[in-house]
Amino acid sequence: MEALLSNVDWPEIGIASWDTLVMVGMSLLFSVLAGLPIGVLLFLTGKRQLLEQPVAYAVLSFVVNVLRSVPFIILLIVMIPFTVMLIGTSLGVAGAIPPLVAGGAPFFARLVETSLREVDRGIIEATQAMGANVRQIIFGALLPEALPGIIAGITVTAITLVSYAAMSGVIGGGGLGDLAIRFGYQRFQTDVMVITVALLVIFVQVLQMVGDRLVLYFSRK
Amino acid sequence: MIVFDQVQKSYQVGGREIPALYPTDMTIETGEVFGIVGHSGAGKSTLVRLINLLEPPTGGSILIDDENITRYSAAELRAFRRKVGMIFQHFNLLSSKTVSDNIAFPMKLAGIYSKAEIRDRVQELLARVSLTDHADKYPSQLSGGQKQRVGIARALACRPTILLCDEATSALDPQTTQSVLRLLAEINKELGLTIVLITHEMDVVRRVCDRVAVMDGGRVVEMGAVSDVFLHPKHPTTRDFVFESENTDSDERQQDLQKANGRILRLTFKGDSTYQPLLGSVARASGVDFSILSGRIDHIKDTPYGQLTLSLVGGDLEVAMSALDAADVHVEVLR
Repeated sequence: MEALLSNVDWPEIGIASWDTLVMVGMSLLFSVLAGLPIGVLLFLTGKRQLLEQPVAYAVLSFVVNVLRSVPFIILLIVMIPFTVMLIGTSLGVAGAIPPLVAGGAPFFARLVETSLREVDRGIIEATQAMGANVRQIIFGALLPEALPGIIAGITVTAITLVSYAAMSGVIGGGGLGDLAIRFGYQRFQTDVMVITVALLVIFVQVLQMVGDRLVLYFSRK
Repeated sequence: MIVFDQVQKSYQVGGREIPALYPTDMTIETGEVFGIVGHSGAGKSTLVRLINLLEPPTGGSILIDDENITRYSAAELRAFRRKVGMIFQHFNLLSSKTVSDNIAFPMKLAGIYSKAEIRDRVQELLARVSLTDHADKYPSQLSGGQKQRVGIARALACRPTILLCDEATSALDPQTTQSVLRLLAEINKELGLTIVLITHEMDVVRRVCDRVAVMDGGRVVEMGAVSDVFLHPKHPTTRDFVFESENTDSDERQQDLQKANGRILRLTFKGDSTYQPLLGSVARASGVDFSILSGRIDHIKDTPYGQLTLSLVGGDLEVAMSALDAADVHVEVLR
């Protein structure tokens, strides 16, 4: 066993795991904070919706599509000057968060838009008939009704961010991905690679399980 | 009172104008149950949504208690909508809220009720629709009839003066339909609420409505007291609806009539004359023999009525006819 995992520096793995957790946690938080309003706007300005605005929808949709179509690895590199401007460095855990949010927020926004579209139009109509204004329809009816879908979207986004965070190792982002690249790949330490990948798998499994539980809890259908 | 003055509605579909409602004049009196019957696509859904401006009209004006609601600002419109309750075919309850919270929802949106007021009103409404035991359940745990009763309680929460029912019983089984209609009639009587009800079942109209408008192809083709429209339908669409509700096939009817001998009359009794032992005495007085080809005795809202199709043979037909006339029976000669 000792020989098999001779290259594994466990304290280093611990730090890297924590870094990954922080990167995913922080970028998930900001992705949700930015993506939720964008998703709501996408929904509202869409065709035959409450605030139908073809131009606004087209612009918003285009920006989201551009961010989503750029491969994340490219986004990481393109974002470097912007990240430096924003937080002073493009390295480490902090440096990885802006590109992660740039990748995660538009992804989550689309998921929010989709789950809002799943809400029965009759419910919007009924709420309108009660004399609700747009703000009340959004917060009183749409978001509560779409909550299970939104939680499922957060889960999917979190898991996507785990793999994105691992990729950020390429530009010196820190975390398990960084470890896998520096030791597992560049120094041919297969055992480090296996351990980091195993940890990532466990991390994703846990996220999915918690997400599914929450969806079930909030589904009243 | 709801007054439609040349109200019309059309939709723009792919650059073309598709009319959903041709210019329509209509008056719905305060406190009445007004039915709108029509096949799907006849424009009745549009018509009912014009009353709370879920669909804004493309022409004409809608006056409710002498106020032109089509001129309302957005804020005025929202305040007005609180006074118009609405229930739906598929209930449209919020699946994420309990029964109590669904009923409280319109009051919370209004923002003018205290917590205690809302709590008391919800209790009162739960009792009215007999759902007190289900207060903390979610809609998915209820049956269709229970869901519609929640819908009714929710619609009544802000004490509206008008209740709009959009195919409210179409998704329910006959027994549940009965109980929901009974509840609506009760509400109409006790609260003096004006009810506008759209349906594709003439039977629903017969049970609860005072007056009815029949729609076909975006036009009101017949309008009047339910007993008149139901017992003496004039427009072909109305006839179809009445026959449908009697479960008779018009071809079969024709065949039955062809086989019968003599004169064929349709007698319509209404009110007290329904219970009079009339036919026997008329037959004895005139010497006419009769056989009943079809018949039905039922109620239109609270008024009993009967409709019989008879074939008469022999005797003095004139005497029979005048005796029937004298007894306040409407006689229609079919052959």
